[in-house]
Amino acid sequence: MSASPAADLPAGIRDLVDVVQYEQAGDFPVERGYIWTSCASVENGNPLFWDDKVATELTGGPIAPPSMLSTWFRPHHWAPGRDVQRLPLQVHFDLKERLGLPEAVMTDNSMTFYEPVRPGDTITTGQKLRSVSPEKQTKLGTGRFWVIDVEYRNDRGELVGVESWTGFGYRRDAGETT
Amino acid sequence: MSMAVNVLTLDQVHAGMDLPELTYDVTATTVVLGALATRDWRPQHHDYHFATERNGVRDIFINAPNQAAWFERYVTDWTGPRGRLGRVGFRMKDSVFPGDTMTMTGTVTGVDTDARGCGWVTLDLAMHAGDRLATTCNARVAIPTTPDDNPWSRSGDAWQPQP
Repeated sequence: MSASPAADLPAGIRDLVDVVQYEQAGDFPVERGYIWTSCASVENGNPLFWDDKVATELTGGPIAPPSMLSTWFRPHHWAPGRDVQRLPLQVHFDLKERLGLPEAVMTDNSMTFYEPVRPGDTITTGQKLRSVSPEKQTKLGTGRFWVIDVEYRNDRGELVGVESWTGFGYRRDAGETT
Repeated sequence: MSMAVNVLTLDQVHAGMDLPELTYDVTATTVVLGALATRDWRPQHHDYHFATERNGVRDIFINAPNQAAWFERYVTDWTGPRGRLGRVGFRMKDSVFPGDTMTMTGTVTGVDTDARGCGWVTLDLAMHAGDRLATTCNARVAIPTTPDDNPWSRSGDAWQPQP
């Protein structure tokens, strides 16, 4: 259940709480090059991702590491005919702009994993704003915390994961800039 | 050729048990490779001037999705490939920068079998950057209840990653 929206929140943002936005398919099907690059980046030698015999025996064929969930919905940095850069987690960037908070960091992230993600799957996502806090002061500056859920499904409509992000959008306080 | 596969079973695990520590010397390549592997093009993960002048931090830093990959690797190094992550939750308290020695630690906080017979281990994990606590993580991972069990064979109602 979502927390009540902060009383000082603009109405246009309050109305977006619990509404699914930006339903979209990933820019490309899940592919093994990224799976291996991800494993290489953290030196993950799990044979499930490197040895097809193990993958077939345990999971019926190759799968992606569950933690790669968000990789599959991040848009290309550029694509033909796209004159505005598409941003991942667009709801987060919308909040920054609409609340006038130029800086942001992610503070909490949780992921729940359901059906395995397989090479060839195209993953579809939807973003849902769950809550926005009143203004708070932190060591980074003054701003608000917000929670956004992203639900991931494969081509067969099966739920593969749910990700929840807590972001903090802020203004650096005067006198702190370098 | 098939690689050797270890199988950690539920009877070998108990609350209070520590996972083997993992240390890793972080470089700019670690940070940039991790950002690109997760398709995260944001400049604070590859542009020193953006990170220091806009974000006000001391250098580029490891992004959240790549931290998730580090935690997954840490957990499945311990469980072996039959370990199947159900859920992970992170709290990022500080950043991990090039030049830091990253240390990962973990403790078993619970062992149980759910109503459908799936064996679960809950873990408290931490990522330190030198002396600084960078990220805490709680994880729920399914592991075999017997040497022949395979959590990956579960689907639909038989797979309940949320307790």
